[in-house]
Amino acid sequence: MSKFEFPPSIKSRPVWGTFEERKGSAFLFIADAEGADAIIDIATPDLMAKAHIIFINRGTDYAEKLRALAPAQFYEGPSYDAALSRIKRVLSDAKMGIQVYLSGTESLMGQAANEATLAGVPLASIQTEHRGSTARRMQCVHCKGFTEDVETDPFQCSHCGLNLFVRDHYSRRLAAYQAVCIDAEDPGNVPPSKGIYE
Amino acid sequence: MSAPQKAKAGPEEIPVIVSAVVPVTDHVTRFEFTRSDGADFPPFSGGAHTVVSMKDEGRTRLNPYSLMSDPADLSTYAISVRREDDGRGGSLFMHTKVSQGDAMTITYPVTLFSVDQRAKKHVFFAGGIGITPFLSMIGQLEHSNGNWELHYAARTPESAVYADMLLMKFPTKVSVYYSGKGDRIPFGTLLEGQPLGTHTYVCGPARFTEHLRDTATQKGWPASHIHSEEFTAPAPGEPFTVRLCKSDKTITVGEHESLLEAIEREKIDAPFMCRGGSCGQCETRVVSANGEFIHRDHWLDESDAESGTKIMPCVSRFIGSKLELDL
Repeated sequence: MSKFEFPPSIKSRPVWGTFEERKGSAFLFIADAEGADAIIDIATPDLMAKAHIIFINRGTDYAEKLRALAPAQFYEGPSYDAALSRIKRVLSDAKMGIQVYLSGTESLMGQAANEATLAGVPLASIQTEHRGSTARRMQCVHCKGFTEDVETDPFQCSHCGLNLFVRDHYSRRLAAYQAVCIDAEDPGNVPPSKGIYE
Repeated sequence: MSAPQKAKAGPEEIPVIVSAVVPVTDHVTRFEFTRSDGADFPPFSGGAHTVVSMKDEGRTRLNPYSLMSDPADLSTYAISVRREDDGRGGSLFMHTKVSQGDAMTITYPVTLFSVDQRAKKHVFFAGGIGITPFLSMIGQLEHSNGNWELHYAARTPESAVYADMLLMKFPTKVSVYYSGKGDRIPFGTLLEGQPLGTHTYVCGPARFTEHLRDTATQKGWPASHIHSEEFTAPAPGEPFTVRLCKSDKTITVGEHESLLEAIEREKIDAPFMCRGGSCGQCETRVVSANGEFIHRDHWLDESDAESGTKIMPCVSRFIGSKLELDL
């Protein structure tokens, strides 16, 4: 799976990294869909012996490949929300020295990074690697509703129906990019939608 | 309230009266100060230090000491000074020439080593006199019901300053290890199993600090959760000559004085705060140099130190034919 190069942007926009080997007492991997590839790329038998993988399949069949790595613990779930209670529990039991690895979509990495920092892991020590879809988790700044998997700009808010412009302005607390009404001054004057990175 | 306007490059000074001189052990004495004007001291955070100005036969010694008093009590500032018989003379001056009722000046407190309020728990490691900043940190945390533990290494029970008081007040939070009895702090074991969000702090001899830092890093602790404080006393060295461009002066730094002290001797107002190579305040630009820098600070990163364009005059020296500074 090739990696997408995000174009340079404003400071607010998160910058994702590439997994590297680190010393630690325990290793927590949280990934969705193609994010599994980032784990497969760094996995060694030693690392997997201390690894806990929480995988959100989003309809992919990577789970078997991850199981084959023989991690100490493995969980597979259909969605981030389904996995959240487990993520919270693992983080609340975690000790200093744990290394957190997040891979896959920006939505997954942003939300899991938020949970990890709330639990006491400094953001700078969390490793990330983007894989797979470049769709964004967007928050409508007007109704505050979240729309997941946004691929086009502008798009329609899934909650209030406003036509929204996709910004690079990002909230770590909400793990979402901000979306602002694009036709507030001139209702109905909405430019045609195109891919966010087109 | 706005910060006091600075008339000088160094920190603001406070005239004080020595209100008590209390011997604690054979080598350590506590000095307590009240303000000469009777007012309260400025508030400070646990782990802060003050620079004490000592008028010693025509020369002014300026040494940093951690404030060890309770941050909630602003009527008194207290420091504990260990007598270093082979040191540069500041601690000997405090021990032999300062007595109750004397007038002195100290600087406003400066905090380079503070508790991280975001921490879920604080684990302190003290080696010898390195206990002092933790006393004010503990004072601060006790007022906010903070979660902390202290591991304190000393040579013998007799030399373990404040160990009795700490063990009596906080028997479940304080452990003392006597190296004279062969007890060592088991850094590795103690760092294992600490809850996520714990910060660790170390103050003591250089090797002690390094040991804790190395162990924590090996165990996967993020650098942002490992805090240390180390003041380096300026070491003697070969005299050298330096030209100060802005002041248009050429001065010679003596064997037993630091570059900063030599600059101050010439009545040039140079910035400083900690005088121990850790705060970064005295960073000075090198205009030109032909020779070798002896960087002894904890401030400049490797590339800055190697570049030969910056020097910390409080602890670093120079050997060579020419040094010009932007001062």
